[in-house]
Amino acid sequence: MNISKQHRAPIYEALKAYKDKRIVSFDVPGHKQGRGNRDLTGFLGEACLSVDVNSMKPLDNLSNPVGVIKEAEELAADAFGAANVFFMVNGTSSAVQAMVLSSVGRGDKIIMPRNVHRSAINALILSGAIPVYVNPGINARLGIPLGMSAEDVERAIEKNPDAKAVLVNNPTYYGVCSDLKRIVRSAHNAGMRVLVDEAHGTHFYFGENMPVSAMAAGADMSAVSMHKTGGSLTQSSFLLCADSVNAGYVRQIINITQTTSASYLLLSSLDISRRNLALNGTEIFKKVCGFAEYTRSEINKIGGFYAFGRELIDGGAFYDFDDTKLSIHTRDTGLAGIEVYDILRDEYGIQIEFGDIGNMLAIISVGDRSLELERLISSLSEIKRLYSKEPVGMLENEYISPRVVLSPQEAFYSSKRSVALKDAVGEVSGEFIMCYPPGIPILAPGERVTAEAVEYILYAKEKGCFMTGTEDAKIENIKVVEELK
Amino acid sequence: METELWYTENHTPYVRFSIKVDRQIYSAQSEFQRIDIFYSKEFGRFLSLDGYMMVTEKDEFIYHEMITHVPMAVNPDIKNVLVIGAGDGGTIRELTRYKTIERIDVTEIDKTVVDACREYLPFTACKLDDPRVSICYEDGLKFIRSKVGEYDLIIVDSTDPFGPGEGLFTREFYGNCHKALKEDGILVNQHETPYYENYAKAMSRAHKSIKLFFDKSSVYQFHMPTYPSGHWLFGFASKKYDPVRDLNADAWNALGIKTKYYNTELHRGAFAIPNYVKELLEDE
Repeated sequence: MNISKQHRAPIYEALKAYKDKRIVSFDVPGHKQGRGNRDLTGFLGEACLSVDVNSMKPLDNLSNPVGVIKEAEELAADAFGAANVFFMVNGTSSAVQAMVLSSVGRGDKIIMPRNVHRSAINALILSGAIPVYVNPGINARLGIPLGMSAEDVERAIEKNPDAKAVLVNNPTYYGVCSDLKRIVRSAHNAGMRVLVDEAHGTHFYFGENMPVSAMAAGADMSAVSMHKTGGSLTQSSFLLCADSVNAGYVRQIINITQTTSASYLLLSSLDISRRNLALNGTEIFKKVCGFAEYTRSEINKIGGFYAFGRELIDGGAFYDFDDTKLSIHTRDTGLAGIEVYDILRDEYGIQIEFGDIGNMLAIISVGDRSLELERLISSLSEIKRLYSKEPVGMLENEYISPRVVLSPQEAFYSSKRSVALKDAVGEVSGEFIMCYPPGIPILAPGERVTAEAVEYILYAKEKGCFMTGTEDAKIENIKVVEELK
Repeated sequence: METELWYTENHTPYVRFSIKVDRQIYSAQSEFQRIDIFYSKEFGRFLSLDGYMMVTEKDEFIYHEMITHVPMAVNPDIKNVLVIGAGDGGTIRELTRYKTIERIDVTEIDKTVVDACREYLPFTACKLDDPRVSICYEDGLKFIRSKVGEYDLIIVDSTDPFGPGEGLFTREFYGNCHKALKEDGILVNQHETPYYENYAKAMSRAHKSIKLFFDKSSVYQFHMPTYPSGHWLFGFASKKYDPVRDLNADAWNALGIKTKYYNTELHRGAFAIPNYVKELLEDE
């Protein structure tokens, strides 16, 4: 990384220059620097509205960057050690989709863990590719899906030599990492691409003593959620490509679904955040790791809650751990993660990232202070004192091995009928069902509906998880594939 | 022309309070806040944190007598006390006047404040070296987490709930206080003013959280000339004692502690509060 160049932020600089010129605007957006929408300007601020502008020569165009966006993308590539970087304005979901769509087509196989984010399986609906699922290991005590063990991936590669790509989720939401270097080596030896959903791993590129990043491990593409731990605005993201990938083709794929009116608020936030990480990232993530480490040890002193970490590393499916993640196992308090999540918000005014059946996750980042961490720790100690009960009658969080009957695309586009969820066992699902967050499907299109899956869904609903995926907003009915019955 | 130097605190966005300053004595930026000490003709030396008035030489006796003697007159047998905040030392000075108190634990987040007060505000910081006092420089929320059934009295002598004192107005904090107190323990806390809206909201929220944990929970008032509106409250909460019915006036008067503001008649009156304050407390 060329540090002296990283002081620049071309999009930000161009927007400032544009503002200084006080150009009279007869183009969109119609709010015209906010003058046309006083309420919005009052709420978001004049500074914000004044740079919500349209693409134009001095500000470049995201569909085909030749000016300041191109420069900003090159600086990002340098900062992340990638050959090419694409600025994404439709979330990391769009980056994951672009990786999949530019690597696998209709009927192609792609090896992936089942605990991927919905965006990856959505991309399969668009591309028509067929998933070959690798069982992510499960930690029996915590009931969480882990990474993929390199052996399991190698076995899948051996069994499916015609697969085109391997998709790795690294780190998982809970912070678990796979042996990325070995997976890359094995996949490349078999002529397969490695795509990494690195949505929760922006900091791997800047922090010290972090798990290996996708680009450093030699992966071909990676989707990096700058807005999650990198400090940029929600919905802004990076797609990183190694030099093995044809960047021009990736640009075409992105342009199929990407807006032609990319937001300069998002673009400049990426530019400024990249500069901040490049210049101060080491220091920032050192602080974040210190916060996380302190909070973990204090929470573990409370008892009942288990804030897990490196002690679980096993060289296999739990190959490495992201120290910045504050993942907490709650079952021993007799409370589901989602229940603690709700109590924290409703009774203590603390919002954490998500809770599932046995665990919850708090995000610690560049914006935190000790003050808030002490509040979180003390609230958990109070919740333990006031709410904990015997952990009986709690569902174990188990890996529900999917039985893929149809490709997600075939299932999604086939004619379907609606049945009550409890009557759907044995049918082939035409829809997703998931808790959101984390957005990992319990059922995906094309999979046989099992009794375990239905039981899990009903239990998660009862515990208060926010469920989504089906056409039926109440998640009482599910669309199943018609002709197979 | 004479140079005019004024300290001004915004009591609301539309109301200001100013004191003519003779000279600035001390200024520092700690890890947590900005600390200033001034000298003025009217109030003597005074301390502000992040620009908010904390203590003046002239009226500090009102605050410090009321935060300590009220609980001590309800239960003169108090032996173990925890004071949270109170970097200026005034609360500790009053507590050390009771020979029966055996231990005074103090937890203050900002050592810089204590050091500055020791040097420049000896009128409040004078008893910090009493052998019964031990000071721990730590977030109060953290300190109290591990304490169970240890104290007869907890005094929360905090700043306002915007800044480093924020955690001391939360439900998790009061719950932990309840746990750290003995069965007949008393919690007294700085409870803001009911008069201006922002402060009143903090007051109502704090009262609501305290009521969740303590059977007996009330507020008492005192007149603080240099605080917003001048009308200020402390909270009195206990698992056992009613602050008026259980007032032990004879025992307290027998101690012969000489005070400038507090007396046992005023004690009873302080718990009689205006109707609008009652309504604010009931609303929540």
